[in-house]
Formats: sequence, C-alpha cells, structure tokens
Amino acid sequence: MRFRIYRYDPEKDAKPTMKEYDVALEPSDRMLLDALVRIKSIDDSLSLRRSCREGVCGSDAMNINGKNGLACITKLADLKEPVELRPLPGLPVIRDLIVDMSQFFKQYHSIKPYLQNSEAAPEKERLQTPAEREELDGLYECILCACCSTSCPSFWWNPDKFVGPAGLLAAYRFIADSRDQAINDRLDDLEDPYRLFRCHSIMNCVDVCPKGLNPTRAIGRIKDIMVKRMV
Amino acid sequence: MTYPVRKFDAVVVGAGGAGMRAALQLAEAGLKVAVLSKVFPTRSHTVAAQGGIGASLGNMGDDSWLWHMYDTVKGSDYLGDQDAIEFMCRMAPQVVYELEHFGMPFDRNDNGTVYQRPFGGHSQNFGERPVQRSCCAADRTGHAMLHTLYQRNVRANTLFFVEWMALDLIRDASGQVLGVTAMEMETGEVWVFHARATLFATGGAGRIYSASTNAFINTGDGLGMAARAGVPLEDMEFWQFHPTGVAGAGVLITEGVRGEGGYLLNKDGERFMERYAPTMKDLASRDVVARAMATEIKEGRGCGKEADHILLKLDHLGMEVIEKRLPGIREIAKKFANVDPVKDPIPVVPTCHYQMGGIPTNYHGEVVVPVGGEPNTVVPGFYAAGECACASVHGANRLGTNSLTDLLVFGKASGDRVIQFLKENPGHKDLPADAGEYSRSRLARLDNQTGGESVHEVGAEMRRTMQAHCGVFRFPDMLTQGVDKIRQVAQRVERTEIKDKSRTFNTARIEALELENLIEVARSTMVSAEARRETRGAHDRADFHKRDDVNWLKHSLWYRDNDRLDYKPVKLKALTAETFEPKVRTY
Repeated sequence: MRFRIYRYDPEKDAKPTMKEYDVALEPSDRMLLDALVRIKSIDDSLSLRRSCREGVCGSDAMNINGKNGLACITKLADLKEPVELRPLPGLPVIRDLIVDMSQFFKQYHSIKPYLQNSEAAPEKERLQTPAEREELDGLYECILCACCSTSCPSFWWNPDKFVGPAGLLAAYRFIADSRDQAINDRLDDLEDPYRLFRCHSIMNCVDVCPKGLNPTRAIGRIKDIMVKRMV
Repeated sequence: MTYPVRKFDAVVVGAGGAGMRAALQLAEAGLKVAVLSKVFPTRSHTVAAQGGIGASLGNMGDDSWLWHMYDTVKGSDYLGDQDAIEFMCRMAPQVVYELEHFGMPFDRNDNGTVYQRPFGGHSQNFGERPVQRSCCAADRTGHAMLHTLYQRNVRANTLFFVEWMALDLIRDASGQVLGVTAMEMETGEVWVFHARATLFATGGAGRIYSASTNAFINTGDGLGMAARAGVPLEDMEFWQFHPTGVAGAGVLITEGVRGEGGYLLNKDGERFMERYAPTMKDLASRDVVARAMATEIKEGRGCGKEADHILLKLDHLGMEVIEKRLPGIREIAKKFANVDPVKDPIPVVPTCHYQMGGIPTNYHGEVVVPVGGEPNTVVPGFYAAGECACASVHGANRLGTNSLTDLLVFGKASGDRVIQFLKENPGHKDLPADAGEYSRSRLARLDNQTGGESVHEVGAEMRRTMQAHCGVFRFPDMLTQGVDKIRQVAQRVERTEIKDKSRTFNTARIEALELENLIEVARSTMVSAEARRETRGAHDRADFHKRDDVNWLKHSLWYRDNDRLDYKPVKLKALTAETFEPKVRTY
C-alpha cells in the first residue's frame, strides 16, 4: 500500500518534505495505525504519538487524506491511495506527525475544567437524577485528541483567544452538570467576542470528531443560556 | 555530576489513576511535587478501563465490605494479603464518594444514587448469589475517572512533566531511594529529579505478550527500573487473561457485558459456563472463565472456520440497554470485529490483560523487601501504587473492578504515607556521587551500538516466546524451554540498535528503552512460572493440576541478578476481620 507522509526533523531539515512509502501489509494490518507501526519497523525515524490503539486515549490524531482523524480507528480499506498523512493543521510541528499541543491544552485549562461546588460534600454521593446525568452524555466522552479544534478556521486564526470546540464542549459539560455551582462565572468568562463568539457554526468539528460528539450543539446551548440570562 | 539536578519534595512517576490520585493528595497538601508521564495524563491506560469500580455502596441491595473482602480473597485463590484486602474493601466506598464529589459522571439510579452493575466474582453473603457492586459510567468508567482525576489535579495546580520518561531509580549506599533520572522526549534532555520521596505508579506491562488488551505504553517501566536497582518483583507468574478480548484484534470487551446479562456460547450454541460454574455461570472469576473458554477451544468446540474463538452474545439485551449501558462496546465491536452486537455475537478469546504481580509493597504503598530475617522491610523513600505494585490485593487472580478500586485506594493511601514520611524526614539526603551515571551509560550504549538487532524484531521474539510458552495453560517442558529462550532474548536486548540517533522526539530511542524494561518483566514472569509447581488462580500448570497450600501458599520474589528466586509468606491475618482460611474454590 502506498503512503505519502509528512516528514520534518528540526535537527536536519530546513523545511518539511513528503516522503513516499510503499509497504507490503499483512492481513492483520487493518487500521491505519497498524500500517504506521509496520512502516516504523522498517524506518525507525518516523515519529508519531500512539498508545491505546482503540480510540480512547486520543494520542494518534493526524490529518488523513485531508481530514483529521485517529489513525487507530481509521480502516485501511476505506482509504484512497496514496494515503497522505500530515500533522494536525494549525499547531506548531515538533517533528513528523507530532505537534505541539500547548495552545490546545491552555485553552482547555482556561475554562476551569473541574467541578465547582463550594458546599460541604455530603457523607455519601451527591444525588443526581438519571435525567440530570443524561445531560452529560455526548459531553464527558471527549478524549482531547484535538481533531476538532485543529479543523476549525476560527481556532487557526485565533488559537490564543478562541477557546475552540474542545474547550467549549468541556465548558458546557460543567455548565450542564447539576452538581456544578459556577454557571454564572463560567458564562461571564465566555461572554467575550473571541472566547465563545468566534464560533460561526461551520461544523467542521462535528464532521471530524472521532467519538461522534457535537461541539457545535454544545456551543449553541451556551449561547442560548447566555441570551436567557440577559432577559 | 553528568546531568542537571532539580529538587522536589516528591516525584511521582506515572499519571494514570494511581499516580494522579496520589499526586492530588500531595499537591493539596502544598508539597512541591513533580509528576512525570510518558504521555499527556489523560492518555494513560486507565483511560481504557470500561466496566466499573468495585465498592460496597449497597445502592442496589444489601452489600458489605466484608463480602467484598471475601470475594477478593477467594478471587485471589488465597494468595492475596488479607490485611491489604481488608484495607482496600473498607476504604472503597469512601474513595468512590470522593471521586463523585470531584465530578465523576457516574450513571445513576432513579433515586439519584450511583448505579452499580454485577461483575464477575462479586457476590452477596459469601458467594451465595451475584451482587451489584460495580460503580460505573456506562462502559467508559476508566475514561471518566481518569479525566475527573486530571481535572481535579488542574484545580490543585499539580506540576506535570508531560512526555518525560523516567529512566532509572537513584539509591544511595544505604539503599534509600532519592529520586529518578528522566528524559524529556521533546528535547532528549536528561535531568536528575532529586526527591525526598519517590512514588511509582507506572502501570502494567501487558505488552510482553503478542495478544494483549494493553496500550503500547504499558511497558513496565517502573518494574524495569526497580529490578535494575536491586528491588525484587513479586508474584510475576500471575497474569490475567481477560476472557473477552476481540479475536484477532486484542481490544477489550468489558465483563460488564456479562454483568448486564450477556453470555458466552461455543460452536454448538451451548452456554457452556453453566457446566464450569453452576452458581455464578458467566460471572465466575476471570481465571475460571478464561480457562473454560480455552478448554472449549482446545476440545474442538470453538467457533468460526478455524474453531479458534468463542462467541459473546448480547443481542437479547436489546438496543436500549446496549445503547445506554454499553455504547462503547458497540462502537468497538463494529470497528474491530465487524459485527453490530445489537444483532450478532462478538467473537472473543482470552487475551493478556493485567499483571497481578509487581513491586512488593505493604498496604500503605511503602515498598518492602526482605532484609535479614524480615521479609517486609521498608525501603526508605520508595513507594508504589496501582498495577505496578503488588500489595498484594489481587493475589493469583484479580476480580473485575478491583483494579480501579486499587488505583484510588492505594493511590490515596500512598500519597498520605508520603506526606507523613516527609514530615518525619525533613531535608534532602545527598545524592551519591555517581547519580545519573547508570542512565548515561545505558543511553551511550544505545547510541554507540553497531551491528545490533532492531528493537522491533527482538521485541517480537520476546512477545512470541511469552505467548507460546507462558499462556493460559502452562506445560513443564514449554516453561523450561521458555526460560532458556527468554534469557537468550534478554541477551539480544542488550545489543539492540536504533538507526535514528536524533534528539528531538526520538520515539525509536524511547521504544528501545521500553524494551529494556519489558524484558525484565518477561524474564521474571517466565522464571517465576517455571518454578511454581502448582495450579493457583491464573497460573495453570498441566503437571501440577491442583493448588498446593502446603508448599506454595507463599509469594514469589524474583531478583534480576542471576534470576534468583526467594519466597515470603502470605499475610493471612487481616486487620480486624477473621482470616478467610483457604478452601476449595468453586463458583
């Protein structure tokens, strides 16, 4: 199978190049990550992140034939040759398919991604109805792979100011949690021309999310709550 | 001194469930802590745990920590230390409530309490009937827990060193542990982390086998570092083969599927677990179910063209239950097995999943080794928690859900113990003059190696050897040959060569270093398994087909030097509960 892979080693390359690989795969190589592991067994200088190989750790996000996705759950049979692999767009490249995700995590941290509740904790669990808990479905499953934020033009242009779809999904995860008491602070923090309102609902994030989540909907809900709060 | 030195009160190696729970204790106590992780914390392998956290909350009916303790002791095939097991089962509800307070999105009952599902080996009233004890967030419990712990650490301003790989333990002449050397993957720079206390939470090493549910990063780094520093590894012959890994792919399918009512079928469509475990059936403990499946396959009742797998049926649960309780499983089955479990059964085989053994500790998380006549002498400054540690709560076989319980309970307890140690031992002891030298020589060897073999090939040979010689069923001649073979592989590991010598994010170098850790785990496993002449829990010897409490009710201790083996007694005395005396184990 044929691949064209983005290669860049800052120690020796003035600029990145696309390197061609033609590899004989085994029947057990079913996912893109299997092929990349095989390529690395031949050329050990190819660098990428990977861990769980089942789509839950979020390590191996990359741009696959022009679309962001996870290599470990992308079937080889579904890919057009040559398979063109690039690092996630919009973030600084450290080497090959490895990007510097500091900006992405900085935005995630900026929304205070932890439950805030100043009441003394009860002896047992805080109660939450199944309906209240259901509000968190489609939000808490995010794996922080950054496929969404790095497919978003607003994030490319303002990665320092726009929280981005992943961070906003997380913000809504806490806004929607019946146990969280900081809703007003969270909304105040987002009420800003950049942090929230740079989202123009073009839905690239929804299109690429490997977990099938919908950040655009979550962002819309935050905007709705903000409007309601004003009236 | 060859490397820059940075001083911390404590260094935690590993940022999975145990490492982050420990880090939280330390950070909230205001200590200067460095948490090192090879990956961004939420990418640690705890993220892949599915089914739940075992704790006797009693939300679904009567339950008690004593029943949980009985099930765990029985599940361990009586090799677990009963003081540690009592401690874990008593603490479990508290750490689960704390996790809920941190924001964990547990599933709920109508009355608002945490939903609990049945799980293998967990019972009411000392084995009478299955109990619902597993606290879960759909089938993504580990993911939800790991993210919650990370979030809580963000709140506590924990200092993470992300994508740093620890290389070696630093001990002084008295044996006290004074920190680690570690490499920043992005730059290739090495630092000495000089710490008053060092806590390993480096996880397991399931990557010693070809077929494994484990992530690529599960390379036993803590075990390798401990073994090279002269610390023995305990009970390494005991590896859990999870009954339901996706055939061919290895990816885990939670026991929660059977907890929710799914069951296993052989090629005749027979629900064969009824024959092997009349009471608990498909919810017998994992060693029992895995062995039953392997027996069915061995005796020609496997499914498929090659008669090489078993089918896990769950379509009868209906779309609603599957979508609500097992959505991740449906996703995995579709992707990795090409079946939609709403309609068709999932092909599964027993797959290496969990390491019961590890770095020997007591129930405070302090690392303990034999000194003189005392088998459990504390190594000052050294702690371990989670899968890399052997407390031992899992003994010869771990119950499902007890892994996450272990991470929370012993993560927290070891953190607390470190705090106490730091209070009693102010100030840093001096580093030995040659601190860092050992790591430097290992890195230099790797960089200067010529004419060596590829890491990939030697690693594959190790995994094949373990798979063929030390699997679900173990045969004396295969084990004897296995010891020879794995020693040969170990020699080859000393001569691996990487072509890429660059410094920036050189993952070839990382993989070579990981193999140096894996091989210690593989060797300890094979040597300990060859020596243990009985069948207990996950260790099934064809030539000694019974448990032998007269000769083998003891923990193995493997030392790296000359593959020396030692043994120490099992702690049968609990903290307050009466001892559960070993008896015949049926489900």
